Amino acid sequence: MKLSVSEWFKSGAPWVWLTGAAVAINVIMVVGLLLLIAVRGLGHFWPHPIIEASYFERDGSRQIIAGEIADSAEAPAEQLRGAGIEVADGVDSVTRLLLKVGNRDVYGSDFRWVLEDKLADIQHPGQLFVAERREWGNFYGYLRELKQGGVLVGQVDGRDERAYERLWADLEQRIERALDIHAQIARIEKHDIGAINYDIERLRLRERALQLKDELDAAAQADIAAERDQLAADYKVLENRLVELYGLISRDALVAEVAGGRTLEIPLKNIVHAYRPNTMSLLEKIGFYFGKIWEFMTDEPREANTEGGVFPAIFGTVLMVILMSILVTPFGVVAAVYLREYAKQGPLTRLIRIAVNNLAGVPSIVYGVFGLGFFIYFLGSNIDQLFFPEALPAPTFGTPGLMWASITLALLTVPVVIVATEEGLARIPRSVREGSLALGATKAETLWKVVLPMASPAMMTGVILAIARAAGEVAPLMLVGVVKLAPSLPLDGNYPFLHLDQKFMHLGFHIYDVGFQSPNVEAARPLVYATALLLVAVIALLNLSAVAIRNRLREKYKALEH
Amino acid sequence: MNKPVTLTPPDLEFDSAASKRLRKVRKFKDQFTTGTVAVGGISVIVAILLIFIYLLYEVAPLFEAAEVHPYEHNGQPTAPYSRPGSDAATLYMTAEEQGEVGLRLSQDGQATFFDTRTGQLIQQQQAGLSSASLAAYALESEANDTFALAHADNSLSFVKHSYKTTYPLEGGRVITPSLVYPLGEEPLELSPELEEIEHLAVRNGENRFSVVAADAEGRLRLTRFDKEVNFITEEVELSSEHYNLPDIGADVTGLLISPDQRWLFIADFQGRVHTIDLRDPDSPLVGAVKKATSGQITSFSFLLGGSSLLIADDKGIVSQWFLVRDANNDYELQRIREFSHVGTDGIVQVNIEQRRKGFITAEANGQISFYNATAENQVLSEQLSERGIAYVALTPRANRLLLEDGEGNISFWQVNNEHPEVSWSSLWQEVWYEGHEEPKFLWQSSASNDDFEPKYSLAPLAFGTLKAAFYAMLLATPLAICGAIYTAYFMAPALRRKIKPMIELMEALPTVILGFLAGLWLAPFIEANLTSIFALLVMVPVGVLLFAYLWQNLPKSVRYLVPDGWDAALLIPVVILLSMLAIGLADGIEVLAFGGDMKVFITDELGIDFDQRNALVVGLAMGFAVIPTIFSITEDAIFSVPKHLSNGSLALGATPWQTLSRVVMPTASPGIFSAVMIGMGRAVGETMIVLMATGNTPIMDMNIFEGMRTLAANIAVEMPEAEVASSHYRILFLAALVLFAFTFVVNTLAEIVRQRLRRKYGSL
Repeated sequence: MKLSVSEWFKSGAPWVWLTGAAVAINVIMVVGLLLLIAVRGLGHFWPHPIIEASYFERDGSRQIIAGEIADSAEAPAEQLRGAGIEVADGVDSVTRLLLKVGNRDVYGSDFRWVLEDKLADIQHPGQLFVAERREWGNFYGYLRELKQGGVLVGQVDGRDERAYERLWADLEQRIERALDIHAQIARIEKHDIGAINYDIERLRLRERALQLKDELDAAAQADIAAERDQLAADYKVLENRLVELYGLISRDALVAEVAGGRTLEIPLKNIVHAYRPNTMSLLEKIGFYFGKIWEFMTDEPREANTEGGVFPAIFGTVLMVILMSILVTPFGVVAAVYLREYAKQGPLTRLIRIAVNNLAGVPSIVYGVFGLGFFIYFLGSNIDQLFFPEALPAPTFGTPGLMWASITLALLTVPVVIVATEEGLARIPRSVREGSLALGATKAETLWKVVLPMASPAMMTGVILAIARAAGEVAPLMLVGVVKLAPSLPLDGNYPFLHLDQKFMHLGFHIYDVGFQSPNVEAARPLVYATALLLVAVIALLNLSAVAIRNRLREKYKALEH
Repeated sequence: MNKPVTLTPPDLEFDSAASKRLRKVRKFKDQFTTGTVAVGGISVIVAILLIFIYLLYEVAPLFEAAEVHPYEHNGQPTAPYSRPGSDAATLYMTAEEQGEVGLRLSQDGQATFFDTRTGQLIQQQQAGLSSASLAAYALESEANDTFALAHADNSLSFVKHSYKTTYPLEGGRVITPSLVYPLGEEPLELSPELEEIEHLAVRNGENRFSVVAADAEGRLRLTRFDKEVNFITEEVELSSEHYNLPDIGADVTGLLISPDQRWLFIADFQGRVHTIDLRDPDSPLVGAVKKATSGQITSFSFLLGGSSLLIADDKGIVSQWFLVRDANNDYELQRIREFSHVGTDGIVQVNIEQRRKGFITAEANGQISFYNATAENQVLSEQLSERGIAYVALTPRANRLLLEDGEGNISFWQVNNEHPEVSWSSLWQEVWYEGHEEPKFLWQSSASNDDFEPKYSLAPLAFGTLKAAFYAMLLATPLAICGAIYTAYFMAPALRRKIKPMIELMEALPTVILGFLAGLWLAPFIEANLTSIFALLVMVPVGVLLFAYLWQNLPKSVRYLVPDGWDAALLIPVVILLSMLAIGLADGIEVLAFGGDMKVFITDELGIDFDQRNALVVGLAMGFAVIPTIFSITEDAIFSVPKHLSNGSLALGATPWQTLSRVVMPTASPGIFSAVMIGMGRAVGETMIVLMATGNTPIMDMNIFEGMRTLAANIAVEMPEAEVASSHYRILFLAALVLFAFTFVVNTLAEIVRQRLRRKYGSL
């Protein structure tokens, strides 16, 4: 059956196809977005090969450069010609490569755009190594010397492969040792000295509290002084140990040659990793890859959050979400039960139901403003005056913190829980309730033993949806408690263990901060993709489980209705 | 063999003590649960509603009227006292920062420091470095606490009143006032040609001190003192030079020098204002003469910051003037606005606030009025004196007021005037701000200098919000609704069960991720592939239709390979191919139509500004965020249209499309409407995407290639820095309230429409 164009249009089929195209576009956008995040986020941890090549600079000179290819783009030849770059005639577009050349201390920046056709003799030398450093970003170069306490212990020139391997093995051992010492230092600085500082601060507050109550007599003063001396003594011990460790860690250094001939001495205490991607086997690469992912999930961020891991952000997000769900579940359920089971079903209840429903659509930033104004500036400062006068004028709860963030998000998500729970309650057939009541159960018993258990999957759905929303919400948190870098975790070994007044880090805010406020956005970008992927994965998981629970629930009651 | 069984009644005793107890406990539990649930439920609901109430509570003070009442000291209102110090008329009166110590300068040159609450004299001394009698007085700057006195011997003293606050051990606060002479203890010499100086204006700067004096004969003389720091002694040495200024041809009533010492403003007896450019004092440039009033100028002063002139007349009108730059970079004094109210006497005095662009006027009948210049509003007008007004002074924080009546009694008042800079016109209308060529909508809440004029126009923010929402809806509405139509009506159920949760999953995607992708990936991508984006808009629909037509004409054997309702799946590779084609062809199109680079073409040829993070990026990213909301609700609305309606239509011979467009869509349209409303509510309040995908510049321009700043993003950016309880803070709360109210109303409307629709379906 051959249709003419006008007949075809008349049948309306083209419009159907266009609506189909809309679905296709939507699907492509969703999948494309997830793929984009996944590819960019996961690709970051793979050890990319390092190239070395000679590059014809714009002034005609030749230079040896080395680095990873981070990105490539086609640039129209016209544009380049306009910028004064010579492009051969007849060429329409030129490929530009973004090379991660590292060595920020030598070149001034980590990245460099190069024209692909000006690169010659591209090689992947096996001796070229990457060192991830604690400052100045990655280093790319050749190992030349090893020094111990300033004295040369090994030297290679690169021609003798076996000597190079031997020196490399030596280097790896020494890095291992430095990392070990570094871990000890970190433990002392973060954990032990942190605890002492915390105790000293608590002593100060105790003294001030006594002073405010006019109870600071000589005995108390002596007591405090004695404790303080004890702490100072402890501190002294740790300090000595630290000095000793710092001496040990600074022992070794390597001398390396960067592409182009300059040499550089790098103390091993600054090195986190050193590896030679060009010589790695596939298995080694896979091992390295998962090692990096592990590091990303469990390490603290380095270099203004642009490198290292996101552990504190994961921890902060999870802790905040847990606190929020502890708050939101009982209140949301009670409100829903009240609205559905106890309140008189009249126009007022209907109005309240609509209002609650709509609060889920109120912009989250409004909740942030409310949290800041009401919880922090109003409630918080009153709490400070009543319970923490000794710390004033430094605010305890009168400043953004974990507790206020959790409460604000609980308020933000309580409509979600109410709506979901109510839906679950509404689905329970009347006959079930009436059966229970007919058997002599009181209303409370019916509620507790029959209605709530049956509605529990709906509650779960509500709570999971609330958690998913809370985990991804950033705007209100920016006002009520997140920071770009928290000095310590809000849960630690110092009494009272959970520090509700502390500020915390958050995955979503981490993305915003590193992606937009960081001094070195280009270097941090892969890390932001990885963080985004992590966040998407967590939230997708939560949502999918909510959907699964909802479906199971529906099946269950379908059976009940018959 | 049946044995008879005797059935004994169960051993049930309902009234035993144990079961009574049990019943009691159960009853108590029941009541307890009822109580707890009711209290808990109601309190949660109240807590949620508290948001609205609290926002209102924070915003309300913005619209509270100002008030003034006698100052209360230790619970007692302070009583008026007769003016301390000399009996001569008051030249100048002010108070220090705390408003506790006042200074009164009288016509005989006596400076008297006194306790503002009791009038008790603290210190009295002769001001000025010359023993000759006082000829003229000029205020240098309220904010610097400096004034100048010209003496009959043509000498000048530059005086600063300063205060030292100490906290003695026995508690309290002691403020010790003193007069100091910042330009040295020697009087400065003015031009010897002057006889009987009548008017004076001074201005002190870092390197230069200028004095303009007018004498009884109408001579105008400028004296400039250049300051040089002696390298050895580090003392300031002054070198002076006198200049003749042109005669203005009328009697002078007021002189003012601008803070940069470039402009001299002269008020004359005929109600005119002259402007003289002193950049080259040897040949001063006389600007156009402006008629300020048909009556007499009674007060001639600068507003805070020294850019605006406040000219009051004997008819009760105050006008604000400042220099406006024209296209040739020439400045001209222009009347900006006037402040008047009916039934007034002439204004005897204008006194300015030292922290805000506000001022007060005093009228001969004792009426005091408070104004804010930027907001163009009168905050308060009250008669504070029955016996006229001789002098009125505001304390530096503008929270106290000293008033000397016609009989020489001083009263001390408390002023509550927290938010004068907020008015309908300052929030929503064009305002002519100082230093701008014309009235504008501007948002600029803070700056580094103290005398900054805050610009609190919500208009550009509201505009930005609507602009972002508009472009987002432009993308989201067609895609979401069309997608929902297909999914609900044409799609195979098996596919629908997969597609729907997938698109709904988008809704849970944190917007911070969308914002980050929009800002760091999409914005550069669009900048580089601008042509492709526009090519896509044309090529995808055309290409899809072309494909569909070809498909339609394929043999049935091929067509039947794809089951009914799976066409969308078929289209996915087509759309991908078309997109790739569009990107591939873009270079060619660009070379052919836009001279090689569309961005350059847009900026150079069309003269449209182009930002990398623009409304197009926001539209795409936020559209993406809004699609699932609209999609989900629309899909539900269409899917739940009763099947017998569409079946009936199909049975009557209508094509599926006819059935959809004439039967299904009209029935579902309220649902679609509410979906769009809810989607819009979401787009309006979205924060992170706009924050990250635009430059956050508060401009008012519909241009798709420029950014914007939205209300929500503005709150996120400025709230942490806003000073608690300041006008800025409360205006941000107002912005939050506006957002809240807007989304709440929109959502409620949508919800009501939806519920109605649901009932309608029920009846069908």
